[in-house]
Amino acid sequence: VLCSLHGLPLPSSGYSFHDIANVQIYMYTPRLYLQTMVQEQILSWYYGVWTLRGSSGNIQIFSIHSFYSTFLLLKMAVHGPFVKIHPVVLASIADSYERRNEGASRVIGTLLGTIDKHSVEVTNCFSVPHNESEDEVAVDMEFAKNMYELHKKVSPSEVIIGWYATGYDITEHSVLIHEYYSREAQNPIHLTVDTALQSNRMNIRAYASAQMGVPGKTVGVMFTPLTVKYVYYDTERIGVDLLQRTRASPTRTNGLTSDLAQVASAAGRIQEMLNTVLSYIEDVLSGKVMADNSVGRFLMDLVNKVPKISVEDFESMLNSNINDLLMVTYLANLTQAQIALNEKLVVL
Amino acid sequence: MATMAARKEPVAPAPCSLDSQVKRIQIDGLVVLKIIKHYQEEGQGSEVVQGVLLGLVVDDRLEITNCFPFPQHTEDDADFDEVQYQMEMMRSLRHVNIDHLHVGWYQSTYYGSFVSRALLDSQFSYQHAIEESVVLIYDPLKTAQGSLCLKAYRLTPKLMEICKEKDFSPEGLKKANIGYEHMFEEVPIVIKNSHLMNVLMWELEEKSTMADKHELLSLSSSNHLEKSLQLLMDRVDEMSQEIVKYNSYCRNLSKQQQQKHQYLQRRQQENAQRQSRGEPPLPEEDISKMFKPPPPPPRMDTLLIAGQINNYCQNVKEFTSQNLGKLFMAQALQHPSS
Repeated sequence: VLCSLHGLPLPSSGYSFHDIANVQIYMYTPRLYLQTMVQEQILSWYYGVWTLRGSSGNIQIFSIHSFYSTFLLLKMAVHGPFVKIHPVVLASIADSYERRNEGASRVIGTLLGTIDKHSVEVTNCFSVPHNESEDEVAVDMEFAKNMYELHKKVSPSEVIIGWYATGYDITEHSVLIHEYYSREAQNPIHLTVDTALQSNRMNIRAYASAQMGVPGKTVGVMFTPLTVKYVYYDTERIGVDLLQRTRASPTRTNGLTSDLAQVASAAGRIQEMLNTVLSYIEDVLSGKVMADNSVGRFLMDLVNKVPKISVEDFESMLNSNINDLLMVTYLANLTQAQIALNEKLVVL
Repeated sequence: MATMAARKEPVAPAPCSLDSQVKRIQIDGLVVLKIIKHYQEEGQGSEVVQGVLLGLVVDDRLEITNCFPFPQHTEDDADFDEVQYQMEMMRSLRHVNIDHLHVGWYQSTYYGSFVSRALLDSQFSYQHAIEESVVLIYDPLKTAQGSLCLKAYRLTPKLMEICKEKDFSPEGLKKANIGYEHMFEEVPIVIKNSHLMNVLMWELEEKSTMADKHELLSLSSSNHLEKSLQLLMDRVDEMSQEIVKYNSYCRNLSKQQQQKHQYLQRRQQENAQRQSRGEPPLPEEDISKMFKPPPPPPRMDTLLIAGQINNYCQNVKEFTSQNLGKLFMAQALQHPSS
């Protein structure tokens, strides 16, 4: 709940500040504190105290532990700190960014998913055409509604849970768009994906919005960051693993392997992992690395996983299994020969 | 469903003996993820999930760049218009610069049983309209076992001819000289990611945990094997029924031929006798009306069943070869000295 603001100038309109020093800022309800928030600048946080410069120039001080009591209120207001994203969504976003119109610097779209008690799960998305210029922003709402209807026909359990935008910052236009989305869903999530790769990373962040400011007078919106987790279905995981192999090839392509090649590559992977473990053990034994008890326990588990069976028992099990498989193969071949024969006989 | 070449070389992808222009298929990573997700969310318990593939043809490749799912055929939504859904979807996608050209469709399958009349008809209508269209078969159960199982098929030109003429009798098929292996041809698939997607993959790898289930190396095989064999047995039963039908038809036909022959002979004899006696010969009767040949059973279903059986056998053989490999690995673990 702590944040360090030393010397950082905030946007003077006070509409949004975000992700300062990668710490979550929990918001405060205006009716309890910060009555004179809007158009003020947070000067510094110092020894647990917020210092703010009021619009009239006076300096007010709020103590930070008053925020803790509103922590619980906050937890119920927002969905909870986790946003679970499926890789499909990110792939879609990347794809729609690549296909953006000429001159558009970013793309926006709707996020669909399911809401849980503790978290939000984003499972699908679609992009929405919009125009953005210096002073105005236009979003094709009809289109968004239509697409949502179409999507609902396929997966009726998905609801609008927010929207996404590519790009690094939250701009003023985002606030407007966010307002529109808050009409569609309660507490919409805002996801930003930095496709322009500023800071050499593709930063993926999620925000929830909250009101702040003086009730009755000017109010503003603050975006509080949420934790992003990536979740996969099992099959998705396997698909993503396959896709990751395209990174290795120079033409970014990858064929689908079959049969024994797959088993061979899986065996190769396990061998690599074993090598890593072995080198770690060597290091520990030679004293280069400190021994860690928990790792040692895992190693014990690993070694014990290979079942200790007497040789004859194992041989008999192995042989019976192999016999089964061979028999099935034989039958399959027999069937194939049979139908081929039948084919030829009919044609006669 | 595999081509003849694929049967001989199970490891290498089937060399294409396609007459048409498209020799390879290139799929975007996004499409793969979408197909997986669609089955995962909507496919549990129901038969198949289907959807449309979008993309375009470039040189000798068919590029599939996006896809969207089809809603299930719901019982309570009788007035649901599929065509309208499709049109609306494609129009909307065009607004966001997604390729809106139809290039095929995808379907999920259960243990590899997808060779059916329905599939044939759908694919035929697609291919009739768009020459290069393909059907992507996604096998979720095999994928869950460890590696993505996605295959692309297309009807051979010979089969297209036959479907066009709708002549499924034995003579028709004999003329076309088509066997169950020549019905579908498999097109090799390549997965391609754009640079941005690659960046995304790097990000994901950093942020997400290691997959803790390595299903590929699991030794438990009996369940899957049982299921496959059961389906295989059902099909073989159907096949034998068809064969019995055909056999009886052949027998009836030959019996009829014999009867015809006998009748003609008797006729001739009688005519000869009458002539010798000086009476006018009996009028020639229309033989075909008397001995109406039995209708030949349509052979298309038999072909389909044969193709399906072939597919099952292929899958079973792949599965057993993988399992043999795994068993040998387990043996190696048990005998560390060897």
